[in-house]
Amino acid sequence: MQKGAMFLLESVDPNQIFTPEDFTDEHRMIADTVADFAQNEIQPRIEELDAQKEGLMRSMLEKAGELGLLGADIPEEYGGDEMGKIASAIITENVSLGGSFAVSHGAHTGIGSLPIILFGNEEQKKKYLPGLATGKLVAAYALTEPMAGSDALSARTKAVLSEDGKYYILNGEKIFITNAGFADVFVTYAKVDGDKFTAFIVDRDTPGFSVGAEEKKLGIKGSSTCSLIFEDAKVPVENVLGEIGKGHVIAFNILNIGRYKLGVGGVGSSKGALAVAANYAMQRQQFGLPIAKFGMIKNKIAQMAAKIYASESLVYRLVGEIEEALEGKTDGKEIGAAIEDYAIECSIAKVHASETLDYVVDETLQIHGGYGYTQEYPVERFYRDARINRIFEGTNEVNRLIIPGTLLRRGMKGQLPLLQAAQALADELTSLRAKMPTGDEAPLEIEFDMLDRAKKMFLMIGGTAAQKYMQKIAKEQEIIEILANMAIEIYAMESALLRAKKALNNDAENAETKVELALAYVYDSFPKLEMWGKQALAYMFEGGEMLRTNLSVLKRLGKFQPVNLIGIRQKIAGKVLEAGKYVV
Amino acid sequence: MKILVCLKQTFDTEAKIVLDENGKIERQGVSLIMNPYDEFAVEEALRLKENQGEGEVTVISVGGQQTQDALRQALAMGADKAVLVDPGDVELDEYSTATILAKVISGMEYDIILGGFRAIDDGSAQVAGRVAEILNIPVVNMITKLEVADGKAVATREIEGGSEVVEVPLPAVLTAQKGLNEPRYPSMKGIMKAKKKPMQKMTLADVGLEEGQIAPKVKAISFSLPEPRKAGKIIPGEPAEAARELARLLREEAKVV
Repeated sequence: MQKGAMFLLESVDPNQIFTPEDFTDEHRMIADTVADFAQNEIQPRIEELDAQKEGLMRSMLEKAGELGLLGADIPEEYGGDEMGKIASAIITENVSLGGSFAVSHGAHTGIGSLPIILFGNEEQKKKYLPGLATGKLVAAYALTEPMAGSDALSARTKAVLSEDGKYYILNGEKIFITNAGFADVFVTYAKVDGDKFTAFIVDRDTPGFSVGAEEKKLGIKGSSTCSLIFEDAKVPVENVLGEIGKGHVIAFNILNIGRYKLGVGGVGSSKGALAVAANYAMQRQQFGLPIAKFGMIKNKIAQMAAKIYASESLVYRLVGEIEEALEGKTDGKEIGAAIEDYAIECSIAKVHASETLDYVVDETLQIHGGYGYTQEYPVERFYRDARINRIFEGTNEVNRLIIPGTLLRRGMKGQLPLLQAAQALADELTSLRAKMPTGDEAPLEIEFDMLDRAKKMFLMIGGTAAQKYMQKIAKEQEIIEILANMAIEIYAMESALLRAKKALNNDAENAETKVELALAYVYDSFPKLEMWGKQALAYMFEGGEMLRTNLSVLKRLGKFQPVNLIGIRQKIAGKVLEAGKYVV
Repeated sequence: MKILVCLKQTFDTEAKIVLDENGKIERQGVSLIMNPYDEFAVEEALRLKENQGEGEVTVISVGGQQTQDALRQALAMGADKAVLVDPGDVELDEYSTATILAKVISGMEYDIILGGFRAIDDGSAQVAGRVAEILNIPVVNMITKLEVADGKAVATREIEGGSEVVEVPLPAVLTAQKGLNEPRYPSMKGIMKAKKKPMQKMTLADVGLEEGQIAPKVKAISFSLPEPRKAGKIIPGEPAEAARELARLLREEAKVV
């Protein structure tokens, strides 16, 4: 198992990473069952769900509960199925075919239930988890406030202990709370005595607590989104979740989990949209041919597939790492800490999958032409539903800040050998040469060399920025963004390549498409790193000899010989179009 | 109550059928499912067991190793154990399959045998009936309702223009028609438990049969795919004129009127 963030500093054996090809028979049956459930039970009712038909979402959640789709993360002793993070991710991926339902499901099982699963005491777990596992109780998670969005810790909701010491009296407001309209249990945060950020479990019938009106949203209309109002709300002291003043620990851990789960959901939604795009392209005729026969359409289909492949590879690699890191751990704090080690990867998963999804729904709509803009076709809804993914669980901008921020913090604390790596790089740079294809190399050898140099580009730009700005680097958001983008692409390219390589090693017969998808992704992404590097260097050096020297090093790091990307994409498109769905 | 369910693994209903270079149906890369009619039978078996408050549901199939997936699905839905007879790489017809099934079943205890009335792939609707014949027990086809009590089964079955209620003594073979029930999804718990349930794998020899005894009586000579639908034709012009042209084309070109 690779430690969190180490992917930037070292290479890893393909057999060490988890890939969807490693799913067990049970995993596959779970995937099929959940996809069937989403297609047969949820999809036919999406219009009713999106019209927020009274009681429907709740009854669908209960149906999901009967199947065990709510208890995957809940220990058996509290009525759940405790199926492990991979199985839980597979559920999330396939539930995503249920549109708004997936958002409600995710808010309930993920951010809603997990704080109690991980940080609840015995009484709290016994009281809430059995109901949450069946759907008898529905959970919501309330962190955001009108004046505290990305800056979550600036929350203004206050809690004061009552005179008799039995209650905390909460005052304040939370907004954009998913499931609020019908949830029974709310995990929320308030500052005890105005400064100790603390988590609370709030029951719906708490005196002084009320739920505001439904928001009118662009998409995911079936999910309930309301504000919460606390006016001298009397929350029993036994409903304090975790320790007083330690709410941030819960909040950040839950965000990490929420982020990778959104990544998984994004992959599922993207695959769903690609299938719709491929089928439409095969069926729609123009100029006497199905539009799928046209190069521009094929190019779109293939690029969608390649991005999805990268997202899927990195998300399941991460889920596999988390599953392994959690093995044998039952204590919530230990679990939180183990996941925290992968905070960077969690942010990457969220950003990559949500941006892939937006790309995919946009091109799916484009392939539908004018019809795609009408409500006659489902893609109009996909397009609207997708948009929130770049916003919630930390905007993609905030997640981008987290990536280099966390890395530098760990480097400075000595938790990550960042400094050593940067120094080693300095010695290496002058003699470094790109490996150019001669025809004798092993499959993907050239691309792994490119990946290696991509990591060096990251270290070079990151090291230069750290040296130049020192503690003030956080103020240089454009540079931070470039570093984040580089890290995201490195993790994506690497995960794509490792998965293809693993398939070549273990199941060469079925590796062809994975290799094509990995190549399509890598040759699309790799050139971006040099481009970003140039932008960063030009900003940091403002001309002169230093800039020239650095640019020439960067050029060597970014060197590559183009492959027939168009040809590779044509092959990919052919397979996707024939299957009518994403294939690997 | 001992309940047996015979099931078959078939192509997914959405599978695209293609022929290989030998003109045989290409099986490579096709996703496989439990025959939907057999799914009704599994569901009915589980309900029967649940209503009786006791019993054991055993699912049986003849097929290759991949057939385990369909059996596992039945186990995940709630069946208690599975038996797979893998006859190896031999040609089978309905006679062969029924012979194998009947032979396996004759060595087991059973009160009732359920199955789908037909498989969605070859649609021959013969196997269950043949099994009943070999076992010398009654068969009731295409049932849409089933009640079991006092060693008897009362089943409602579809007949032309209506339905018929029949009674048979048990043991008997009953085959499921659409409408019998709404099959459940395997629960997550069920899926996790399924791998721990017994799956007995047998060869022809284990069953006590030789290849010669199951040699098919019917041989498929060739397969062909339906003609692709030809593009439609739009007849322009005034309605009356176009209708006349349509009638002419239907008579002279399509020769249907």
